[in-house]
Amino acid sequence: MRPRRRARAGQYAALLAYLVFLAFPFLWLVSTAFKPATELASLHPAWIPRDPTLANFRQAFDEQPLLRAALNSLTAALSAAVVAVVIATPMAYVMARRRGALARAASGWVVVSQAFPFVLLIIPLFLVLKNLRLIDSVSGLVMVYVVWALPFALWMLTGYVRAVPAELEEAAAVDGAGRLRTLVSVTAPLLAPGIVATALFAFITAWNEFFFALVLLKTPEKQTLPVVLTHFIGAEGVADLGPLAAAAFLATLPSLVVFAIIQRRITGGMLAGAVKS
Amino acid sequence: MTSVTEARRPAPHAPGPGRPPGRAPDHGPWFLVLPALIPILVLSVGPLLYGVLLAFTDAQSGRTEPTRWIGTLNFQDLLHDTLFWESFRIGLVWAVGVTVPQFLLALGLALLLHQDLKLRWAARALAIVPWAMPEVVVGVMWRIVYNPDAGVLNETLRDLGLGDGRDWLSGLATALPAVIVVGVWAGMPQTTVALLAGLQNTPRELHEAAAVDGAGPWRRFRTVTWPAIRPIALAITALNLIWNFNSFALVYVLTNGGPGGRTRLPMLFAYEEAFRYGQFGYAAAMGCVMVAAISVALAVFLAGRLRGGDTA
Repeated sequence: MRPRRRARAGQYAALLAYLVFLAFPFLWLVSTAFKPATELASLHPAWIPRDPTLANFRQAFDEQPLLRAALNSLTAALSAAVVAVVIATPMAYVMARRRGALARAASGWVVVSQAFPFVLLIIPLFLVLKNLRLIDSVSGLVMVYVVWALPFALWMLTGYVRAVPAELEEAAAVDGAGRLRTLVSVTAPLLAPGIVATALFAFITAWNEFFFALVLLKTPEKQTLPVVLTHFIGAEGVADLGPLAAAAFLATLPSLVVFAIIQRRITGGMLAGAVKS
Repeated sequence: MTSVTEARRPAPHAPGPGRPPGRAPDHGPWFLVLPALIPILVLSVGPLLYGVLLAFTDAQSGRTEPTRWIGTLNFQDLLHDTLFWESFRIGLVWAVGVTVPQFLLALGLALLLHQDLKLRWAARALAIVPWAMPEVVVGVMWRIVYNPDAGVLNETLRDLGLGDGRDWLSGLATALPAVIVVGVWAGMPQTTVALLAGLQNTPRELHEAAAVDGAGPWRRFRTVTWPAIRPIALAITALNLIWNFNSFALVYVLTNGGPGGRTRLPMLFAYEEAFRYGQFGYAAAMGCVMVAAISVALAVFLAGRLRGGDTA
């Protein structure tokens, strides 16, 4: 069993290397966020701040309207997630249960929409939203986010619907339940965890989104967190690292928390969507 | 608790109790589909077609004269635009340079996570972190890592006595490799998760049977594992290629296309053309060229996949 043990050791070494590669940038970000300016300027920055401070966080809030931006991000992401799930669930249900031309066209769109560069989408959207006077407004951004989140939401939800056996619905019908009643009291409860996971995933993608927000929002008070973060970097690419790190760290926390909650479901949902029946 | 709803009148679309659910009146699906279909048509399909049409016009931002059809003039200009083709080349280098290592590293990690190792939970949780982070934060984070003075990379090099390090993101030779590393780091989680899901569908008995027959690890991988994960591996690689070719935020934050355009991906180029210089028509033409390139790449990829499917 000698070679076997050696193989194990090799596996642990490889796993450790992966852990270091994945973790070190984030740890360095956190470390930088808590370092006082003197340590940041020193030639030999240490991993653990010798004199940890919250000054960077204070300065970050002073320099940029972070709270305002976080509120904008929250509004945009929450509205987009709720609307996307509300309109995607019925459609996903039809896509999963019926194999008509419509379902095929919808699945085709889900795939094709991934291949189009955003720039080809954003120019016409920019012109359309401008005519509707929805440029530089969070509602315009929400509309874009909803459509942008739809392919993934449909993909995941279709998988979740397929996981609910159609026989259950048929049994309910045999027992005399109407179609709506079957949906409400048989399908919906089984689907609920999947719907929540999809909504949270849509929330994260919208919270993290940058390109559309950059193009559509011009007034500083209306911009979302990712756009405001880039303001910490000056025109010449020079940045005040401490506040930048502090703000970036804060901006990540909501996504990390939400992701930790749904991690298991996301992977399950992607798989479910991929399974062909 | 269900008896509360019992007394309610059935909704207008609900069929009578005697009717099997599969044969509901056909307006049922439409009523379910329309709320999503209308936004898709109005805000996705419509704009995409509009965008393709714009490529054949001289549309500009803030112009008072009406936009005119100019045929393929934009494309002819584009053909001679050496800056765009340079950017296109960088885009290809970036897309392949990110996708290939991303796949290999993710495959390795997925195989490790599939083993019965301690610390697996930590690796699984950590492997997800880059996925959850906003792309802008990933960019900011790596700027700090690459920072010539306060960055951990140069500091580590100094500690190891490997010289003074350098300014990675503004060096002409190092900028593109440096952003590619970030791209690999940021995209690994999705790929790992997808491959891991594929691995978990591999029949374990086959593995054990092959081991009993004396097949070494490499042979077992080639004959048992790879055929099982191949469809997922191909699908995620195709998606990664597309996503990477179209990526924007990471490089925008890291280098904004610099130094001297060495990292100016096609998306950055088209973005500047459209929203800095206001050349909507010309930028749309660039978008069309990108779509065409992606379609060709996908067609080649899928053709190879089908051919490979015959031999495997």
